[in-house]
Amino acid sequence: MILHATGLSKEFRGFYAVQDVQLEVRRGSIHALIGPNGAGKTTCFNLLTKFLAPTHGAIVFNGKDITALKPAEVARLGMVRSFQISAVFPHLSVLENVRIALQRKRGNSFDFWRSAKALNVFNDRAMALLDDVGLTGFVNEPAIELPYGRKRALEIATTLALDPQMLLLDEPTAGMGQEDIARTAALIKRVAAERTVLMVEHNLSVVSDLSDVITVLARGRVLAEGDYAAVSTNPQVIEAYMGSGHG
Amino acid sequence: MRSNGASTELAPARTPRHLLIAFGIMVVIGVVAPFLMYPLFAAKVLCFALFACAFNLLIGYTGLLSFGHAAFFGFAAYVTGHGAKVWGLPPELAILAGTAAAAVLGLAFGMLAIRRQGIYFAMITLALAQMLFFFCVQAPFTGGEDGIQGIPRGMMFGILNLENSLTLYFVVLGIFLAGFLLIYRTVHSPFGQVLKAIRENEARATSLGYNADQYKLIAFVLSATLSGLAGSTKAIVFQLASLTDVHWGMSGEVVLMTLLGGLGTTFGPVAGAAILISMQNYLAQLGGWVIVVQGVIFVVCVLTFRRGVIGELARLLKKPL
Repeated sequence: MILHATGLSKEFRGFYAVQDVQLEVRRGSIHALIGPNGAGKTTCFNLLTKFLAPTHGAIVFNGKDITALKPAEVARLGMVRSFQISAVFPHLSVLENVRIALQRKRGNSFDFWRSAKALNVFNDRAMALLDDVGLTGFVNEPAIELPYGRKRALEIATTLALDPQMLLLDEPTAGMGQEDIARTAALIKRVAAERTVLMVEHNLSVVSDLSDVITVLARGRVLAEGDYAAVSTNPQVIEAYMGSGHG
Repeated sequence: MRSNGASTELAPARTPRHLLIAFGIMVVIGVVAPFLMYPLFAAKVLCFALFACAFNLLIGYTGLLSFGHAAFFGFAAYVTGHGAKVWGLPPELAILAGTAAAAVLGLAFGMLAIRRQGIYFAMITLALAQMLFFFCVQAPFTGGEDGIQGIPRGMMFGILNLENSLTLYFVVLGIFLAGFLLIYRTVHSPFGQVLKAIRENEARATSLGYNADQYKLIAFVLSATLSGLAGSTKAIVFQLASLTDVHWGMSGEVVLMTLLGGLGTTFGPVAGAAILISMQNYLAQLGGWVIVVQGVIFVVCVLTFRRGVIGELARLLKKPL
């Protein structure tokens, strides 16, 4: 078990966005978190990565209790998240985007008196990572100029630059065309070979194709858990999706 | 194999040539200026140019709008004035004392302010600066409404007689260039890269393991320190430290200079300071109307050329300046 959350709850002024969620993510698996809109999936992500402080509950990552840590500390332990809206640094070049992550290996970059040339040592590694996600031709472009699908690819390359043990991907294929979806799914599969992936995803064909385990959330609670076959035939899950107008 | 080709074609290995040219032009203007106009006026422009550059480090590259930078500028001026006049410090130590005081003040303000973002950050810095203003009104050593007048210029390092206005000017030019280059280096350092990342997308920078608050605090202290250096130098140039320097209007003026010249550009704040100070000087006979003219310019700038003078020029040349 790489990640273990127990009794996870988040209350916003009397409203429980997430309530008493148990989540166990097996090392090396691809674990999907699905559910209708407003089910608390993204809140869950925010809690696990400490972007939000849980009202109750405990989170253990790699045998270490991370419930009281800051988000940057969680990231440094090897659990790195992505965001629902593509999270690139828009006015930095594609290469610089990846280097920001690689730069972390230097420790804290508080050295304001040193030239940025010190970062050129990371260029080769950055190129290799960009090559891996098919962005070789875009290295000097500002990230803002990239088409949407490429931005997500850049985001994944940046995340991988940290060499995290665990990735949390928030809707990695949202807003993509068929072709980009297929490419991103293949990429996730490839990076998951040596890592653990927890993802929120709406595209059920991607979910069924990639996931080892699926947890279904509805109204902040865990509704069902299991593999795709088990979950997709669960009457409660069907009702939750139909009931809120999603198919 | 790829590495060789890659590292040359990638990120510029040295400072781009157009920046060197622009820097050269600035230095040449700086050197000839005292022979074309009053050296004291040119020195004033340089003090405010440094102030604006220090401010730009915070807003342009970190995305933090401080509305209390007068506190660092003005308080440093008081400390320098007091040091030179009452303690009898030589100018270099008086300036150092003022700058150090601004650094300490910056650390205290920064630790309180960086916990909040956007308008709240601006309001906290404004509130703290106002507290300092009223402290300066009351504290005996500032001289209240009179300020500290007749601050001795003295001998820099025991050899440079600052009573000579040309010597004074070139010392100020040296201080300005040192500050300017330090800011340039900071922006183009590994630290500066992280600052830009935080400005662009703070949540993402955090998710990559950067503790954004620490970086912001360091940037804030650096900016405050250099603003203090500008204020200290100003106190020696004018032989005066007064309430005007710590007044919130001064915080507003530095915002205006930076916007007018070009937010987040290397040379913009310098141009903005030169334009605004010249305007105040040559339009002085208009009296209170200068403020109105400034207001109109501000509105025109925001409505029509939001990138500022240098920002628009950079866009025309398609090169960052």
